[in-house]
Amino acid sequence: MSVEATLLVKTFASGSDVAAVGGVSFTAPEGKITSLLGPSGSGKSTLLRLIAGLEEPDSGSIRIAGNDVTSVPVKRREVGFVFQSYALFRHMTVRENIAFGMEIRNAPKAAIAERVKELLSLIQLSGYEERFPAQLSGGQRQRVALARALATEPKVLLLDEPFGALDAQVRVELREWLGRFHERTRVTTLLVTHDQEEALELSQHVVLLNGGLVAQAGAPHELYDHPASPFVASFLGGANVTRSRAQDGREVSTFVRPHDVRLAKPLASSSDLELGTVDRLARIGGNVKLTVSLPSGDAMSVQVSKLELDKLGISIGDRVVVDVTSSKVFVDDYAI
Amino acid sequence: MSGGVATRWNGSGKRQSRVAAEADWVRASLIGITVLFLGVAVVLPLSVVFSSAFSKGFEAFWAALSEPDAVSAIGLTLLTAAIAVPLNAVFGIAAAWLVSRYDFWGKSALVTLIDLPFSVSPVISGLVFVLLFGAQGFWGRWLSAHDIKIIFAVPGIVIATTFVTFPLVAREVLAVMQAQGNDEEEAALTLGAGGFRILTRITLPKIRWGVIYGVILCNARAMGEFGAVSVVSGHIRGQTNTMPLHVEILYNEYNFVGAFSVAALLASLALVTLVVKKSIELGVALRARRLSRKAERDGRASLAPPSLKMRSLA
Repeated sequence: MSVEATLLVKTFASGSDVAAVGGVSFTAPEGKITSLLGPSGSGKSTLLRLIAGLEEPDSGSIRIAGNDVTSVPVKRREVGFVFQSYALFRHMTVRENIAFGMEIRNAPKAAIAERVKELLSLIQLSGYEERFPAQLSGGQRQRVALARALATEPKVLLLDEPFGALDAQVRVELREWLGRFHERTRVTTLLVTHDQEEALELSQHVVLLNGGLVAQAGAPHELYDHPASPFVASFLGGANVTRSRAQDGREVSTFVRPHDVRLAKPLASSSDLELGTVDRLARIGGNVKLTVSLPSGDAMSVQVSKLELDKLGISIGDRVVVDVTSSKVFVDDYAI
Repeated sequence: MSGGVATRWNGSGKRQSRVAAEADWVRASLIGITVLFLGVAVVLPLSVVFSSAFSKGFEAFWAALSEPDAVSAIGLTLLTAAIAVPLNAVFGIAAAWLVSRYDFWGKSALVTLIDLPFSVSPVISGLVFVLLFGAQGFWGRWLSAHDIKIIFAVPGIVIATTFVTFPLVAREVLAVMQAQGNDEEEAALTLGAGGFRILTRITLPKIRWGVIYGVILCNARAMGEFGAVSVVSGHIRGQTNTMPLHVEILYNEYNFVGAFSVAALLASLALVTLVVKKSIELGVALRARRLSRKAERDGRASLAPPSLKMRSLA
């Protein structure tokens, strides 16, 4: 059940006339996790709410599993939504929370009990039926919210910054768990996040948004390896940017990723113009981050493996040959 | 130079102790003023009310409460509260819902209007209804032609009381609704619930403490309202006298035991209301503390399977 958005526009009346979502089209493939990635204010959450039906678009259309649902009200759109705040019903137990959607649909009691049991074991919270949300930790609440959204077997699962309110360790644990969880359920999932690592790791398709427009959409490695604009290049994976002017006055930006740089010991024939100096060196687990100042005065971040560094035997203050293995050049925002 | 250092030490040491002394002195006098004020303004009058009521013994107290006019006043007060409080509960929830859930033109004007009955003197509120419904009033001719009596009758008293006590439920519920936000309602919506089910199964349970609190305050005020009711009632004994009005009449007739007996009953109703409110607050606080403590205990190993944890607890 794919999700297809066509030229969605949403402007909020109050304040400026700038559209929160300014003509966005994309397709979320069936059975996959699609990330709506972007910095804050890029319109990603608004886009998710438009798809859920919690907001009404000014124009454009939304199709779920091929059917136009643009004017279908939320309650009949059959989407599961997990809110950033989880929005668990605080006066209901875990069991009542998960059962709510099925009770609304007048499902038989036995079927509800069966499904609640099944979902609780899926989210590894069997035995927590009679707890209230206030008695759960953040990660547990998050999983209950997920179970509640899935209980009615929605066509699409929509997650709004699902790990936003968790601390770093739980966030990484849950991210891996969600990946395995999705492999079992195979529900078409749309995930809103501002965390590029989350998007690159979890999803098979990424829609990168900027200022209410799609900057680039595609497989994670496509965006990473072939960024379509300077924004995509700098947003994904961090890069060294050098700006200069071409002879005809156009602006040229060169992007070099920290791991696309080779370092070597200088040869006797090396001239000073080719050499940089190691200013800083930080070992982070198996990787080493270096800052090398170049003859031009620019500082360049370089990432090498610990193994490689030990082989080279470089330390702070050493002169090194800097060799860029791959870079991306943009002239006036166009890739060449 | 060493002298300078010494002075600095001395100075700072002195200053510190003086600061502490001042804090003690300030705290003591603040406590003193508060206790004195509460004693003079609240405890003393209340004890005078009760001691005067029982000054001629329990017999006289009971006689004052059981004479027909007093019984009628008590009955009318309870009737007025029984109508005004439910009406304001419904109006209040509806108004709070409207203000917290929707954006519309003139919203801030509406919020100000909700507070209006509080900011206008109750006497003026009463007068407004006389001008509207009285014999010479705006609708007076039409009402008398249809033989409907509002002013100097029970309906007027109920309307005036409802008006004066309107903000109490609305204010309480609005504060609770704005604090809790709209997320749970939206979640229910995505789960397929319609408006009515969201109201009965999500919103009302969520705001129930706000409603109860508002209703208690509203009830206390409805039973005790004097100014607005005094203007519209006409003081007809046995017919349009509420308890506060009855107290005034008895007092003006130098029937002090009678006046203080009814006043004592009215004060007791208010005290009971406050006790109920306080015990509800205490219950909520205790429950919240118990929940958070339990959550803290349980929250540790968030991803550990429950079976493991139960074993470790046992």
